[in-house]
Amino acid sequence: MPEDNEMITMRNISKTYVIGEEPLHVLKDVSLCVERSDFLAIIGPSGSGKSTLMNIIGCLDTPDEGEYLLDGQDVTTRSDNELSAIRNRKIGFIFQQFNLLGKLSALDNAALPLIYQGVLPREAKKRAAEALEKVGLADRMKHRPNELSGGQQQRVAIARALITNPALLLADEPTGNLDSKSGREIMGILHGLHAAGNTIVLITHDEKIASEAPKRVLIRDGVVTPYSDEEPKDATKKEGGVTA
Amino acid sequence: MSIFQAIRMALVSILSSKMRSFLTMLGIIIGVTSVTMLVSIAQGTSQSVTSKISDMGSTLLTCRITSDDVPDIKLDDLMTLEGKGSVSLVAPMLSSSVTAKGNDETYSTTIQGTTPEYLEIEGLSVADGRFFNEVDQEYKNYVCVIGTDVAENLFSTRNCVGNSIEVSGKKFLIIGVLTYSGSDTSGSKDDCIIIPFTTAQRLLKESDITQFYASATSSGTVDAAQQTLEAYLYDLTADEDSYSVYSETEVLDTMSSVTNTLSLMLGGIASISLLVGGIGIMNIMLVSVSERTREIGIRKSIGAKKRNILTQFLVEALTLSVIGGLIGLILGKIGIVAAAILMDSELSMSIPVALAAMGFSVVIGIVFGLYPASKAARLKPIEALRYE
Ligand SMILES: Nc1ncnc2c1ncn2[C@@H]1O[C@H](COP(=O)(O)OP(=O)(O)O)[C@@H](O)[C@H]1O
Ligand SMILES: [Mg+2]
Repeated sequence: MPEDNEMITMRNISKTYVIGEEPLHVLKDVSLCVERSDFLAIIGPSGSGKSTLMNIIGCLDTPDEGEYLLDGQDVTTRSDNELSAIRNRKIGFIFQQFNLLGKLSALDNAALPLIYQGVLPREAKKRAAEALEKVGLADRMKHRPNELSGGQQQRVAIARALITNPALLLADEPTGNLDSKSGREIMGILHGLHAAGNTIVLITHDEKIASEAPKRVLIRDGVVTPYSDEEPKDATKKEGGVTA
Repeated sequence: MSIFQAIRMALVSILSSKMRSFLTMLGIIIGVTSVTMLVSIAQGTSQSVTSKISDMGSTLLTCRITSDDVPDIKLDDLMTLEGKGSVSLVAPMLSSSVTAKGNDETYSTTIQGTTPEYLEIEGLSVADGRFFNEVDQEYKNYVCVIGTDVAENLFSTRNCVGNSIEVSGKKFLIIGVLTYSGSDTSGSKDDCIIIPFTTAQRLLKESDITQFYASATSSGTVDAAQQTLEAYLYDLTADEDSYSVYSETEVLDTMSSVTNTLSLMLGGIASISLLVGGIGIMNIMLVSVSERTREIGIRKSIGAKKRNILTQFLVEALTLSVIGGLIGLILGKIGIVAAAILMDSELSMSIPVALAAMGFSVVIGIVFGLYPASKAARLKPIEALRYE
């Protein structure tokens, strides 16, 4: 039984894609533990299975095999609608591609998770405005994503992730599409959130960014291993220009 | 999430992609406009044809005794039919083919002996002079009213009141000329000489009535009048094969079946355009949903349930189809008013047809908006997110 303090408990998780005839084992027997208020970085080269792992952690995808407890609850047997509710209440996503809705203003984007909780629009907008203020976008609330810089869009996404006070923040290469200055600002926000007690899982191929996290694991070819100082150099060498 | 939020969300989405919304509505607009317009034009046309026919005296009933060995009908007895049930007026008819002389010309035509009521029963009018009256009837006067063909053939003019014609050796004073009817059917009233019934009895040495005309009180009571007349003739003859009563509603029925075919044809054409419009809606809906799979993925990843996605697309499709349908109705109304002016006839929009056209469009919009949306809503969020 997992201890009460564990936010993520993964045991022997496997995920296989079949392309044509060939099975592709993307995750092999992954076991992972994240405690409350942890800040864990998952480091690995492109194509190593980082995003696949994050999608399973975030209940966007389901594993083929293995056991996964999120916040003490088994989520592998939940229905589609139950998973939607879990994502809505427990998880805040920060994607590399921001994944904002292009037709909606920053304010409406940030408010959307609350709308799906049934919060009244006025209240949802009030809280979205507060969240946007926290990430420094008080003066950009009416802007649509295409009227914002990459760094600003990612901050809208963070505001949207934070608005439900989720148990877990999941960031998949949050700085991958940003220049280094914006990237540093985003990391600054994440550190602030960690200091405020949030549990954060950060996925990255960037050794330097990973080194900012107090806890680290390495993923390579679908296998998760504890981080040791020699290995990441290899990992970053393998990294091409393209990241998933 | 409340329905108001869903509607608000749908409106935001509709307004934020105006071109797509317009294209979706276009099919509905064209379909509803053309159906309402074409059906109303077809209905208007058939109504005006029917009303023209009923103007021509659709209350007229023709009665004939077809057998020789039945009791005679006397004029006084026949007149008791007037005002009985739905029968309004009755006029006997004695007719014969004759050769008329006048102004040194001769002309073969029909002479018809009847009573003054005949004018109204047949819906005729006198262009010049007067029709004969009860006095002419009582005194068996040798007066006549002639059709325009007779006038022109004998006198080369329609203005021949006051002249005389000779039939079977008797001189008749022309007291009136009928209005030209232009009808070229057999038994045209342009080609006849009408004289008082009593005069005809004497002239033709024939006192039995074997044929008479009657009018119903209105075009709606023709059937009832026909029954009254049939009952009267059956009482008289006790043999239902010895008489016949027929009405012009039979002609009317033929005409209205023609115009119904016309309506059906136009309605068919309009339905095809509605169907094509529906296919347009279908296309746009399919395209826009697959375009929006990624949006569905994002919404699901932050907590939208299947039901939320479906509600959103349903409300969007409904809003678009209803707005499109209303625009279609407005354009249809404008088109109908314009067509009414052009065709110089009264046209009106048929409410059931308008509702059916709109209902059809709305159903198409919903079905083809909802089907792909429900497919997308069933996708795993990660698959929807990865969708390009
Ligand atoms: N839906 C999928 N179907 C088939 N193969 C996939 C799918 N998603 C990911 N993969 C494959 O799994 C491997 C890991 O992908 P991913 O988890 O995105 O890697 P990373 O995020 O570490 O770059 C890649 O080789 C990728 O091609
Ligand atoms: Mg990736």
